[in-house]
Amino acid sequence: MAIADPPRRLSLWRLVWPARVPGGFRRTARVPWIPIAIISVIVVMALFAPLLAPYSPIDQTLRDKLLPPAWLAGGSDRYFLGTDAFGRDILSRLIHGARISLIVALLALTAGGGVGLLVGIVAGYLGGAVDSVLMRLVDAAFAFPAILFALLLAVTMGQGLGTLVIAISLLLWASFARLIRGEVLSLRQRDFVALARVRGCSAPRIMLTHILPNVFNTFMVLVTLNIGVVIIAEATLSFLGAGIPPPTPSWGLMISEGRGRIADAWWVALIPGIAITLMVLAVNLFGDWLRDRLDPRLRQL
Amino acid sequence: MKRYIARRLMQGVVLLCMVGTIVFFLGRLTGNPVDLMMPEDATAEDRAALIQTLGLDGPILDQFAIFVGRAIQGDLGTSIRMRQPAVEAFFDRLPNTLVLLPWAILLAMLLGIPLGVVAAVNRGSFLDRAAGTVAVLGIAMPSFWLGILLIFVFSVELGWLPSGRMGGPAHYVLPVITLAAFLVAGFMRITRSAMLEVMESEFVKLARIKGLSEGVVIWKHCLRNALIPVLTLWGVFIGNLITGAIVTETVFAWPGIGRLTYEAVIYRDFPLLQAVIILKSILILSINLGVDILYAYVDPRIRLA
Repeated sequence: MAIADPPRRLSLWRLVWPARVPGGFRRTARVPWIPIAIISVIVVMALFAPLLAPYSPIDQTLRDKLLPPAWLAGGSDRYFLGTDAFGRDILSRLIHGARISLIVALLALTAGGGVGLLVGIVAGYLGGAVDSVLMRLVDAAFAFPAILFALLLAVTMGQGLGTLVIAISLLLWASFARLIRGEVLSLRQRDFVALARVRGCSAPRIMLTHILPNVFNTFMVLVTLNIGVVIIAEATLSFLGAGIPPPTPSWGLMISEGRGRIADAWWVALIPGIAITLMVLAVNLFGDWLRDRLDPRLRQL
Repeated sequence: MKRYIARRLMQGVVLLCMVGTIVFFLGRLTGNPVDLMMPEDATAEDRAALIQTLGLDGPILDQFAIFVGRAIQGDLGTSIRMRQPAVEAFFDRLPNTLVLLPWAILLAMLLGIPLGVVAAVNRGSFLDRAAGTVAVLGIAMPSFWLGILLIFVFSVELGWLPSGRMGGPAHYVLPVITLAAFLVAGFMRITRSAMLEVMESEFVKLARIKGLSEGVVIWKHCLRNALIPVLTLWGVFIGNLITGAIVTETVFAWPGIGRLTYEAVIYRDFPLLQAVIILKSILILSINLGVDILYAYVDPRIRLA
């Protein structure tokens, strides 16, 4: 385990062009340009989806159904990645699907991560009975697969963005809470917290102004490392008919729609999966690098 | 030891009560539970009978008492679609899932543990990075998509393996690979970090000083001790596998409890889903408990923690 460094101010520049540590690990310093490029492309796709998509992601052109991608025999130049069983352009659906994935990721990470951050700070700082009750809840959340609750929510509350975000947040909060709490436990012992207490700061004030800024790096690393988890969860739930309802294009839903036609139209199901895999791979590699830069203590995860 | 088991058993019961309570209240939360629990074409008499048996015209706490009472007697309602007691439907399908899971765990361990050892021994090298990439890839691919990809390659294009349903040994290959894929990464990472820790310890230094060959030191002295944390995670992996089975069995039309869960969702069969969730919780909790007790027995350090 590394010796605790003094808190260091991180400049954005240092993040991109790290100082060479003597005898250090050069690999951790390497900026993952390829993942950054993939993430950028997907983010741009999501932001400007209506401008970039050649067709509507929803309108059906049954005359053009199940056309293969342009480079295959029978493919049409008009549909670069081919069309699905309703004659919808797969490229357009893919571009709009990026939007759904990122919206769900943003909302679920804000909600789930936020709750986890709050629980972690409160449990870690206050300790005692509050801590044991909250941590029992976290244990319970870990012992039970959240995906089952997500399915239950979809059936009882109906499919939709709201249900999906709640379901995925339930999946996330516990791991955030546990890790943030661990961090807070060690921060609580530090002199600056003791000083703040001596000065008469209230507990909420210490948590907000002294603890929160110091766990923020850890929080950001966790957020990044969990983007992939959210994207997979969203795709899985949509695939199982418990996510975004059709005809809204979601990558998971697209795979589910193409599943039955794998023998004669493989591109319908396989292309969105490539998009998911690339995206998750990119955010995970980026997250690994960010963790090594900002918070190497999380290494064992 | 007895106290440890008793404590863990209590925790399990508390968790199960929480799951049951949440399932119950979610079922009542949204509008009319009769609509959730009866087919759309149910007759007025059927509806009246259901209201009568579940006490749906009474206060919610009375309803809860009735729910708990019936659940303890093993009655979790009747599946809307199959018109069969939900508990029965679950136990009909359970064996089909149980024959699949051990193979998936075995395959994941056979791939993940050696990969983890190789990565740890060659820390920071090309091999380490390659093993890491395999692990990340296993996580990045949604398992339902991997299943479809495997069907496309091995069933549709090559025609080597059947694309689904239960049958002879060949039917197991693709579902087992799909289920194992996302566990490989887990086994690999944990083995790697456990190995790195063990390799630092005194007894490993001693083994080296004694002049044992590197192979014996790594595979015998280190791995045996590194396996403890690896095996402790079995419980977590079982939970993952049981949820992973939902998509895998769906993709491969495998008639187990995973596919049953999917059917309950797709057909909005609330009583069935409710039963499946409660029974799966019991399954996961009891496997976890069994595994933990086993470790406490094998490794006294855990008992004291």
